[in-house]
Amino acid sequence: MGKTFKTIDEAVIRFAGDSGDGMQLTGGRFTETTAIVGNDLSTLPDFPAEIRAPAGSLAGVSAFQIKFSSKDIHTPGDKPDVLVAMNPAALKVHQKELIPGGTMIVNTDAFTKKNLKFAGYETNPIEDGSLDDYFTLIPIEMNKMVTRACEGLDMPPKLVGRTKNFFALGVLFYMYDRPLDTTEGWLKKKFKGKDAIIEANTRALNAGYNYGDTTELFMTRFKVEKANLPSGTYRNMNGNLATSLGLLAASEKSGLNLFYGGYPITPASDILHTLAAWKHFGVQTFQAEDEIAGISSVIGAAFTGNLAVTATSGPGIALKGEAMGLGIITELPMVIINVQRGGPSTGLPTKTEQSDLNQALYGRNGEAPMPVIAAATPGDCFYAAYDACRIALKYMTPVIMLSDGYLANGSEPWMIPNVDDLEEIDVTFVHEKNSDDEFLPYLRNEETLSRPWAIPGTPGLEHRLGGIEKDENTGHVSYDPENHHRMVELRQEKVNRIQQDIAPIKIFGKDHGDMLILSWGGTYGSCRSAVETLQEEGKKVSHAHIRWISPLPKDLGEIIIGFKNVLVPEINLGQFLRLIRAEYLVDAKGLNLVRGRPISVSTIVETVKKTLG
Amino acid sequence: MTDVQAPLLKKKDFESDQAVRWCPGCGDYAILAQTQKNMPSFGRKREEFVFVSGIGCSSRFPYYMNTYGFHSIHGRAPAIATGVKIANPDLSVWVVTGDGDGLSIGGNHFMHVLRRNMDLNILMFNNRIYGLTKGQYSPTSELGKKTKASPFGSIDYPLNPPSLALGAQATFVARTIDRWQKHLAEMLGRSYNHNGGSFIEIYQNCNIFNDGAFEEYTGAEKFENVIELKHGEPMVFAQGTKGIKLDGSKAIVVDMEKNSIDDILIHNETNLDLAHIIANWTSHSTLPEPIGVIYCIDKPTYNQEMINQIEAAKKAKGPSKVQDLLNAGDTWVVD
Repeated sequence: MGKTFKTIDEAVIRFAGDSGDGMQLTGGRFTETTAIVGNDLSTLPDFPAEIRAPAGSLAGVSAFQIKFSSKDIHTPGDKPDVLVAMNPAALKVHQKELIPGGTMIVNTDAFTKKNLKFAGYETNPIEDGSLDDYFTLIPIEMNKMVTRACEGLDMPPKLVGRTKNFFALGVLFYMYDRPLDTTEGWLKKKFKGKDAIIEANTRALNAGYNYGDTTELFMTRFKVEKANLPSGTYRNMNGNLATSLGLLAASEKSGLNLFYGGYPITPASDILHTLAAWKHFGVQTFQAEDEIAGISSVIGAAFTGNLAVTATSGPGIALKGEAMGLGIITELPMVIINVQRGGPSTGLPTKTEQSDLNQALYGRNGEAPMPVIAAATPGDCFYAAYDACRIALKYMTPVIMLSDGYLANGSEPWMIPNVDDLEEIDVTFVHEKNSDDEFLPYLRNEETLSRPWAIPGTPGLEHRLGGIEKDENTGHVSYDPENHHRMVELRQEKVNRIQQDIAPIKIFGKDHGDMLILSWGGTYGSCRSAVETLQEEGKKVSHAHIRWISPLPKDLGEIIIGFKNVLVPEINLGQFLRLIRAEYLVDAKGLNLVRGRPISVSTIVETVKKTLG
Repeated sequence: MTDVQAPLLKKKDFESDQAVRWCPGCGDYAILAQTQKNMPSFGRKREEFVFVSGIGCSSRFPYYMNTYGFHSIHGRAPAIATGVKIANPDLSVWVVTGDGDGLSIGGNHFMHVLRRNMDLNILMFNNRIYGLTKGQYSPTSELGKKTKASPFGSIDYPLNPPSLALGAQATFVARTIDRWQKHLAEMLGRSYNHNGGSFIEIYQNCNIFNDGAFEEYTGAEKFENVIELKHGEPMVFAQGTKGIKLDGSKAIVVDMEKNSIDDILIHNETNLDLAHIIANWTSHSTLPEPIGVIYCIDKPTYNQEMINQIEAAKKAKGPSKVQDLLNAGDTWVVD
């Protein structure tokens, strides 16, 4: 019987299995191929904090979702069209999220009595008919399939069984008409020298593809055409890699050595790993004994003239707080990255959240203003990191960059920028005295209020910095009340002046209407998609996204006035919302869901419709 | 880095214009004066010195040195100095800390900076008390110490700083005393010349909150109570009348009139086992207080190893541009 092709605009698929089933890797391979095919895409890895929770347990389920499209998309999708469930626990956790009528591809070999019991099923859902009315169920004996495919290979059955994720990947490649060669090439490179592993996985991949071809379970295949993206050269990009590249680009453009001091923490550690491998760029990475030593080493390196950076997550920022204040009072340039995760305390280490905004803005003793920039998408992490460095160096100030777990691990097609086109970063170390016969380390630039950067080794400019209040120009210790008041104001005014470097907000939609969706950080994608949907339905809704949160862009107040309602969706209980209400005296409303995952597009759409009636 | 072009500097070149604000009679004055006095002898440009401190009385030190300086936050000086040294390994970087700053709130950094053999000179002023916060017991205060925070006597057992440093794999461990000026100067020189992390514990009198803590080692009886360690020489003290012998692994004091010099323990700075034994004599009931270089070995430094790795990577991969990294991996073109 002939198979038919159906062309669709977009699809959302989710791979789910045990932590040991290789779901992140499978998702990563599907993503890479989908990128090369030319679709727009967005991904959402979702994995447990435990490295290996007990096999077959609900806690140990690891999942990877990807949305891909022939159109410009902004999110990894709300509900999947296809769910691949490698065991009963994965089915149990994810079945309720599949769209009605969606396709379930299930590895029936894992549906043993023991695993079913572990997942809390009293009867086997594949056999008891409980799913049949709602979903298209495709049961496959994946373990048996790969065992047959790998016949004749000198390999223990346990290792053969591990190739089943590539079988599942092959099935999906067949369904969505994707080529196998990228994955085959990747296997050869990844397992170089381990021919048996390459062969087994390649066979499993092809067996999955051929299974799709020969069985009658798949009567329809889907085509998702290339997306009409702006012209350029693209690659797939995740947030933590983009952040690392942005830092390195700033180092090259400024001519400063990159110094990174930090302590391992989920989900920021990949930045340390990435930079540590770039020694040939002269990058100096220092894995410190704790978070405090991480930021302290950064302060020392900044004093000595490096582009100094640390990255961590919320708990690490809490520990760094005092030292960040030292960075502020000594007015040294440095970048502090917070890849936010669920809190408080240890919270949800592998889940995303936007709940460290207050901490970024206010989490230090004293009047301690610090510029804060938040990345919008995985690829935007590159530009956010670059801008954070540029502003830190221009204004001589620590800068916080906020990313989050979703951006850090999520990925999207990314147009590769030309380094020559990035905004220049001019750094000048002082070599001469700046007053009649002495060096004044706190004499300010009139435009930016930045102070001169004289680094150790420069003759004649020896000076002392410290955490005690500074005399306005000399930088000597000063307990004078009037001087303290002036310095408090100056440090705030310096941050405020960064407004002159912030580009005007680009409103998506009209500059007036019934509702403005106001977003920051990783909720960008959900908000943009929701507003696209609402505009298509004729609603007078616009979207403004804020990158710099401290200082806020100077045109935001004017924009807000143009709308009858303002809605601020964020993954916290209204931290940005309260800032907006306080700053602009507007009766903005929040949409706040703190579930460790992005807010869905449909939730935003429904909320807006309900509000507008 | 010694530079033949370095100008001849004097003590006053290392004195800043800031008024020194320690209590009159504080032991810190003597340490500051010796440091300023000995800096010129290192034959190095003034701008290549960086003094980093934490919080406490001793940590005001950088303000009084006319070099680059950083008065930071409590306990963190070793970590800040680490950043300075990695960013520019050609600098001579000094950490000034105290027993509270270095061993209590900053204990973790102290241990790890020594473990890494980061090429820093750490001067720890030990007065066995919290001075700046007005007299609470410190991690080196003796058991039973009565302070405002321990009116019935401290129930904390004190740390032994040289033992801690040795346990942390330090490559240079020494002790001196604020009032032993010549000895102090000699230790500063040894520290400067050691390529690697060096730790000097300096007994320092706080005449306000813990006056006379080291009277035994600075008063009339000092030669009876202190032994000056000298590499390769027998361990004799009390003007040659007493010596130290090993009885098994236990050190004992012997009368030199009844013992041959050949039976006396010879100091060897490079012997770690011996160093641990000597460090244990701290505040000992029967053994003299050891001062001098307890341990000193050569070992590759963290800062040099980092340079080596970077140079090797550059050599292996050749000149690199960020654009190459951006363009790397699987890419595709949209027309």
